[in-house]
Amino acid sequence: MNNVSDRRSPVLKLFLWSFLILWLILAAFPFFWTFWGSFKVEGDFFSKADWTWALFGHLTQAETGGAFTGDGYHGAWVQEEFWRAAINTFVVVFFTVAISLTIGTLAGYALSRSTYNYAFWLLILALIFRAMPPITLVSGYLLPFYQWNLWGHLPTAIVVLVAINQPFTLWMLTSFFRNIPKDLDESAMVDGCTHFQAFRHVIIPVMWPGVITTGLFSLLLAYNDFVVTAMILSQDNQTMVPKIASFLGTTQTKGNVMFAVASVVSVTAPLFVLVMFFQRQIVSGLTAGAVKG
Amino acid sequence: MNAILRSAVVSALMIAGSTTVYANCGISSGRVSIVGNEFPAIQTVAKGAMDCAGEGIEVKSNLTADHQKINVAGLQGNPAEYTSAIIANSSIVALMNEDVIRPLDDLVAKHGADIPKNQLITINGKVMAVAFMANAQHLTYRKDVLAELGIETPKSYEDMLAAAEKIRAAGKSEFPIGGAYKAGWNLAQEFVNMYIGHGGQFYKEGTAEPALNNDSGIAALNMMKELSAYMNPDYLTHDSNATGAEMEAGNVIMMNMWGSRVGKLQDDEGAPAEIASNIEVSGPLMVGDSGTPATTLWWDGWTVAKNISDADAEATFLAMKNGISPGILNDETMGQAVWMIEGYTPAPVNQGVFDSISSGAVAYPMLPYHGLMHTALGNELADFLTGKEDAAKTLADVEAAYATAAKEKGFLN
Amino acid sequence: MPGPLADQTGCMKHKTFFWFILPTSLAMLLFIALPIVSVVMQSMYAPHEQVIVEVESCDIFGCKKSTMVDQDATREIREAEPLGRFVGTEIYTNRNHLATTEIGLAWQQATGFSEFVSALMNLPFYRALAFTLTFTFVVTPLVLILGFMIAVAVNSIPAPLRGPTIFLSLLPMIINTLVGSLILFWMVDARGIVGTLLQTLVGDPNLSMKASTPLTWVMLIVYGVWHAAPFAFVVYYAGLQTVPKDTLESAMMDGASRWEQIRYVIIPHLLPLTTFIALMQLMDNFRVFEPILSFNASAHATSLSYFIYDDLGGETRLLSSAAATSVLTIIGVAILLTPVLIRTWRDFGRK
Repeated sequence: MNNVSDRRSPVLKLFLWSFLILWLILAAFPFFWTFWGSFKVEGDFFSKADWTWALFGHLTQAETGGAFTGDGYHGAWVQEEFWRAAINTFVVVFFTVAISLTIGTLAGYALSRSTYNYAFWLLILALIFRAMPPITLVSGYLLPFYQWNLWGHLPTAIVVLVAINQPFTLWMLTSFFRNIPKDLDESAMVDGCTHFQAFRHVIIPVMWPGVITTGLFSLLLAYNDFVVTAMILSQDNQTMVPKIASFLGTTQTKGNVMFAVASVVSVTAPLFVLVMFFQRQIVSGLTAGAVKG
Repeated sequence: MNAILRSAVVSALMIAGSTTVYANCGISSGRVSIVGNEFPAIQTVAKGAMDCAGEGIEVKSNLTADHQKINVAGLQGNPAEYTSAIIANSSIVALMNEDVIRPLDDLVAKHGADIPKNQLITINGKVMAVAFMANAQHLTYRKDVLAELGIETPKSYEDMLAAAEKIRAAGKSEFPIGGAYKAGWNLAQEFVNMYIGHGGQFYKEGTAEPALNNDSGIAALNMMKELSAYMNPDYLTHDSNATGAEMEAGNVIMMNMWGSRVGKLQDDEGAPAEIASNIEVSGPLMVGDSGTPATTLWWDGWTVAKNISDADAEATFLAMKNGISPGILNDETMGQAVWMIEGYTPAPVNQGVFDSISSGAVAYPMLPYHGLMHTALGNELADFLTGKEDAAKTLADVEAAYATAAKEKGFLN
Repeated sequence: MPGPLADQTGCMKHKTFFWFILPTSLAMLLFIALPIVSVVMQSMYAPHEQVIVEVESCDIFGCKKSTMVDQDATREIREAEPLGRFVGTEIYTNRNHLATTEIGLAWQQATGFSEFVSALMNLPFYRALAFTLTFTFVVTPLVLILGFMIAVAVNSIPAPLRGPTIFLSLLPMIINTLVGSLILFWMVDARGIVGTLLQTLVGDPNLSMKASTPLTWVMLIVYGVWHAAPFAFVVYYAGLQTVPKDTLESAMMDGASRWEQIRYVIIPHLLPLTTFIALMQLMDNFRVFEPILSFNASAHATSLSYFIYDDLGGETRLLSSAAATSVLTIIGVAILLTPVLIRTWRDFGRK
């Protein structure tokens, strides 16, 4: 469509550019503000006196002697051992995404290839399942999990996250598989393959864009999850987001808010890399999947 | 900031290191598992209990801000996941209501002779918990501003209003009063304080029937509204973090604040030295003429689970007792709380809490259904403060919302 | 309709289908379907009536008269009926939920429609519903429009710039909500950077987004749009890549203006994507909860999900009430999605 854009009137071009720049400022400014502020002390970044303190570090200079300080990062990573939470998060996210995609791909393929009514109703049921507020689900798990000694372990959180994210995964993957022409696997089966063989030899090689896109969305869900991990994991197995929440303090005691700010910047960094790396895939995956409602 | 914190870590590590020789807690075997909130004082207690770990003795802890969401479920199983829950006077009732904690009389008789009597929380003649720290909300103010304007330290909310008017008129601050009036738990807490200060009773004697739609209730609400006129217009979103920040920024001159948070206001972080060094504490504020201060007293303590073996219960009792023994106090932990432990020497900043205790303030109600009342208050009171309803209508709504919840829970028919 | 098509070659047999779908179904059955059943049960049972006794309680501050639950008095009945007492739909209809009695009364007593509405808005459930529905129906279309506009804009810039632009556009979606909204909350404070900017723009030095109900709603809605727009953008942007070039070019040959191209070629092409985004957005916005919590906005706005959180987070937890609100949420979502689902059913039939 580049040749199309060349023929646009300058007014329209100006409008598009200014709209886009405005949007980018709105979208990214809070993040850069946070990044900048994570090198200040709390009194500056969360100043009730003067917001420009966050820019110039009025109190940061008074308290640490410089306009920038790495105390937030040091406190979170060294003193509070944030890296333990990072490892736990890595384990949870890796397995959640891997398991979600494996079982979701199988089911999504089947749902896209079945023309019986029950396939439709299964998808609708999944949608209704997604409507259930996760907080209700999680508080329902607590008692049985404690009773059967499942509470607190990483695998439990992984299985729960997989299950809770399954409806979304299913919807995305099903729509994606619908866009892979049926002729592909049908011709394989005419050659004598079973459905599973057709899936393995014909579908798997062409499904990656859609799977990777879906994987990125489930990764974001698992990575940013608070409700499930905060209530199901024990302190030793804590992941990053509940750990960040624990920096915020309670009603009666003050927390280390700057640890939380530094952690949030740290937590966003791997996503930076990931999105930069996969952005082509996200787009091409959604294109191929076209996630039709 | 971090010099202090760093030395804290170092000293904590040294303590941990020095106790590889097992602390002598008198436990031979058993399982101890603690659930509780995560603030530093509780971490100190848990650490003290964990020093008892050793051959055949497993001690672990799960300290999280979400402890109230998981402790009932964690104590309900058989055997229970947790052998001890650390709770406050407001939250022990949830465990009592579900009947998941055990009376400690026999264990106190056997091992607890040296625990001071007043630390034992006794309900219906049975020891249900052992308290180890106290807290209260009390006046916190800027002594330089008050001195400059020749204002005496307020003793009551009426004084505070008069002082606020003077401060505003002098142009020192447009919104000189601070308060954690965030809709929800905080706002309800301020009403509980103010209503108790007016001598109000929440329930008909000995029942769960609500009885706060009365003159005291209306007076309490009106006082809150008068105070809010001197607060930042965003006061319904301000929790104790925000109020504290307002004071550190020099906007708030007087406020009712948790004793446990004042130390962080006075330190060299978050505020210019000329503000921080002038933040001062005083006793709780009175209101009206009831003679009871408009504040509530709080304690934190530990309990022992019911659904565990007697051996584990004994091990838990001994480990927790070690967790609150005088041995846990050192330069670092001393300032973490107002400890109810022998050997504790209060700092000047703790005077507010001690004044609250000695001034005849009452403890936060430890009633089976008061949590429901607190929630109902938190949800309904904002309507009065935003001017949507009058006081009587708001209180009627509170009673109706509470009654519905209490009926569901079986406290009312 | 799907029936006759089922006989074609390649249509999956029941047995094969079963094995493919088994792991997912098992996971959803165990962790979603079963809990839903238990939630529905929970919403119809309440704890047994409690026997309250007067006792003396002593703490470090002294002794006073108090009350407690007499556990022994009700032990037998609790063991005989562990689910609690059956209350049917009582929880659903009580004042803290649908409030049928109160509405009936208000209807009879109200002298005018506006008085009835104000009585209705005094009931917590309807007040929450009012905000929830406003939020849902304002945010969803705005997300669709904004997402679409960003997608069109990004699609028209030179290719090398698109990568970084996409990344920056995704930030509102990927930043951690918990602390992200805490920081935003301080930025829109009357003394924060955004708050000060707004005061300057409006010319009112006392403007505060947090002090009044309408402005709080605006703030929550703007946050909702900001947070969800990247999702719509990504989906739309991907969709734009598949717009058939020849159709577009032939439209241009015919002298169609830029606007006409969008109106007659691009928008129809993106319709299925719009359905998908609308489906997910309607559902997520109806369950709005996190912004209310992190913007401390409950004095001015509550939602059904906030109620559930409130019921489960108090000192005394209201399990049956939370269960009933959850069931009502599911029903609400089902009603909202019905039009979209009917469309999906037709699509399914066509395949």
